[in-house]
Amino acid sequence: MTINMGPQHPATHGVLRLVLELDGEVIVKTTPHIGHLHRGVEKLAESKTYHQVIPLTDRLDYTNAMGNNLAYVLAVEKLLGIEVPKRAQYLRVMMAELQRIAAHLIWLGTHALDIGAMTLLFYNFREREEILRIFEEVSGGRLTPTYLRIGGVSKDLPDGITEKVKAFVQAFPDHMKEYETLLTKNVIWLQRTRNVGIISKEDAINWGVTGPTLRGSGVKWDVRRAIPYSGYEAFDFDIPTGSIGDVYDRYTVRLREMEWSNAIVKQALERLPKGPIMASDPRVALPAKDAVQKDIAALIRQFKIASEGFQPPKGEVYASVESAKGELGFYIVSDGSNHPFRVRIRPPSFLNLSALPKMVEGCLIADVVSIIGSIDIVLGEIDR
Amino acid sequence: MVDIHPAVKKLQEKFSGSTFEVKTFREEVTITVPRKEIVEICRFLYADPDLQYQFLTDLCGLDFFPENPRFEVVYLLTSMKRNQRLRLKTKVGEGESVSSVESIWKAADWLEREVYDLFGIPFENHPDLRRILLWDGFEGYPLRKDFPVEGPDFDKPFVPEV
Repeated sequence: MTINMGPQHPATHGVLRLVLELDGEVIVKTTPHIGHLHRGVEKLAESKTYHQVIPLTDRLDYTNAMGNNLAYVLAVEKLLGIEVPKRAQYLRVMMAELQRIAAHLIWLGTHALDIGAMTLLFYNFREREEILRIFEEVSGGRLTPTYLRIGGVSKDLPDGITEKVKAFVQAFPDHMKEYETLLTKNVIWLQRTRNVGIISKEDAINWGVTGPTLRGSGVKWDVRRAIPYSGYEAFDFDIPTGSIGDVYDRYTVRLREMEWSNAIVKQALERLPKGPIMASDPRVALPAKDAVQKDIAALIRQFKIASEGFQPPKGEVYASVESAKGELGFYIVSDGSNHPFRVRIRPPSFLNLSALPKMVEGCLIADVVSIIGSIDIVLGEIDR
Repeated sequence: MVDIHPAVKKLQEKFSGSTFEVKTFREEVTITVPRKEIVEICRFLYADPDLQYQFLTDLCGLDFFPENPRFEVVYLLTSMKRNQRLRLKTKVGEGESVSSVESIWKAADWLEREVYDLFGIPFENHPDLRRILLWDGFEGYPLRKDFPVEGPDFDKPFVPEV
């Protein structure tokens, strides 16, 4: 029997369509159909200046906007060969880790909701709201902050925000306990997630799976550790891994990851260095707002960078970050003009989803919902 | 360049009959390899015990219209054992096809479908080469440089017949 699931289905987390071929209740073959959210971001980026691409990246994986910003600006900075000041690096790390917590909170809430545990969603969105309020104060935007700039960040922290972040960091471990009481030893949860959707270490690597889905299968590989960026080598954190690669392993990996992200935010806040938040290279770095209002040279520079942009050298670079979903990379080819010649986005969700048919093979039809939840896909990133 | 990337050295030893163009930019090594040999080279890089490029991070296309050959297919490989990356490139002309590396990395399955979808480069021996992001009846290949950003029919608004 063939069953169609989606594209409008609450458990497909967006607009994903699956065609399931069944033998009784057991799945024989799955064919995902994607592309319903395709907006042509890679094509659009080719007609924009380098700064104008940053808002587009917010809209890829819209639960992880800071991480997307970071991956893109790192690639452009590598292309330009500029150094980012320490304070800006720490701010970036702090925001990226807060965003990771927010993204994992959405995952946890919706994943539990799909399987039938509704209460958790309300707890998760309560904490996520706090993070979004911090983002709003820092950048002006909640979901699409566009906080990062090429060479640094758009503005320094506003007054009183460090106390709010500190309060969040302190309260979060207790919230984690609340979530865990509801799920980790819950019999229904265990039965729905244990030994479901298993993918082996070798298969996960071969299918290009990254992020918590890969680590759930027991591969200790995290871009933050393997190829450090933005000063991550200075932070103490562990890379949690699972053992057999089932839905439960991926669940525990993400929970532990939230705790470590919280620890990284704490470290970044404690060690936050003083200094500039923008690189000193005047050809690319946008001048500070108050300088633009007082100094004619800064005003001209601001106008020139914002309208015409800058011209990086000819070449090609790839930079990647560990986003909430996996390895998010940007491959940028420059032809020496003020527009990128090609911006290729390496979407983690795309490759994680491509392994879904492998994971659901031989499972029951009810397990599909929990497996989709466990790989934590965002269609905005898959379809681009 | 002080030290040669180990993969470059090994490849030149193993495939001594072929010519490789090696470029280094911002410490990233790019090797351009002949189109016909891409599968053997990939299989060698995958299996060689010193290299172990067992992770295909990315596969994408580039269009250098109006140059000839106009396309390039780019493979970004990662060795998880040594935390090292390597970029392979191969030039493809219009109407030519590339052999699929799906038999080596399953990850190439969807990535090659995407290149086929957006650039129109066909892959030989691919098990299921269909459009992936766009629908089956779509005309043209949007990431080609001669495809307008607005789309080919932006000045012809679609008005349904009443």
